[in-house]
Amino acid sequence: MTSRSVDAALWYLGRGSGVVSLALLTLVVGLGIVTRSGRTLPGLPRFAVSAVHRSASLLAVTFLVVHIVTLTLDPQSQLRWLDAVIPFGSHFKPLWIGLGALSLDLMIALTVTSLLRQRIGRRVWRTIHWAAYALWPFAMLHSIGSGTDARRMWMVWFMVACAVAVIGILGWRVSPDFLDDRDRVAGTKLPAPRALEMTRGGR
Amino acid sequence: MTRLRIDWTACDGRGLCAELVPELIERDEWGFPLISDAAVPPGVLVHARRAVAACPRLALSLQAENA
Repeated sequence: MTSRSVDAALWYLGRGSGVVSLALLTLVVGLGIVTRSGRTLPGLPRFAVSAVHRSASLLAVTFLVVHIVTLTLDPQSQLRWLDAVIPFGSHFKPLWIGLGALSLDLMIALTVTSLLRQRIGRRVWRTIHWAAYALWPFAMLHSIGSGTDARRMWMVWFMVACAVAVIGILGWRVSPDFLDDRDRVAGTKLPAPRALEMTRGGR
Repeated sequence: MTRLRIDWTACDGRGLCAELVPELIERDEWGFPLISDAAVPPGVLVHARRAVAACPRLALSLQAENA
C-alpha cells in the first residue's frame, strides 16, 4: 500500500467511525431509558435490555477510540492527541472539536464509574450517569460542527433520524406514565404500589 | 453457606433478579422480589452472582454465613 492510500484509509475510517459512534450513542441513550423504565422490549427481558445497553456503550467506546486514533494519525485532519482529550484548545474549529473532546471525557467518566459501580455505590454512580444526557447533545453538535459530511444529504437525514429518536424517547422519559408501576408486572392491574413498602421494612 | 439478601431500602422492584435466578427469586404482584431463604445451591451460584451484578439499584447481595 502506498502512503497515500493509507492516508485515505485513515481519513475514511476516521469519519466513518464517528458516524457509527453517533448511531451507537443514540441506541445507548434509548436503551438506557428503557432500562430505567423497568420494562421489557419485544424479545428482550429486563436483564437483556440492560446488558445490550452496556454492550452497545462499550462498542461506542471502541468506535470512539478508532475515531480518535485514526484522526490523530491522519495527516489531513492533523488532530493532536491533547485536543482530543482537553476541550477547546485546538487551533482548528476549537468549539466543535472541543465538544467532541468533552464527549470523550464524559464517555470515560461514565464508563469508569459504571465498571466500578459496585464499589462506588449507587448514589455516586447515578449522579455521574446523569451526564449521559449531556453527552449525546455534545456528540451531536460535534458531528454537525466538525463533520466533513455534515452537509451531505445522507448525513443530514441520519442526524435528523438520531435526533427524532432521542427527542421521542426523552418525551416518553419525562411523561407521567414513564414510571407507572402498574404495567410492570405482566397481567396485573394494581392499586397504589407504595402502600406495601412499610410492611416490608423488617425483612 | 451463601444466601441472597435484599436491601429493602434500595430495592425498587425492577425485576432483573427474578429473571436471572428464577430458582430462588419470584416477583410478588407488585413486582418486588420474594426470595427463598434456602442456601444458594452450588449450581445456581454463578447465576446469583450475575443477578447481584445486574441489579440496577445495587440492592441484591450474596451473604456467606457460617452454618
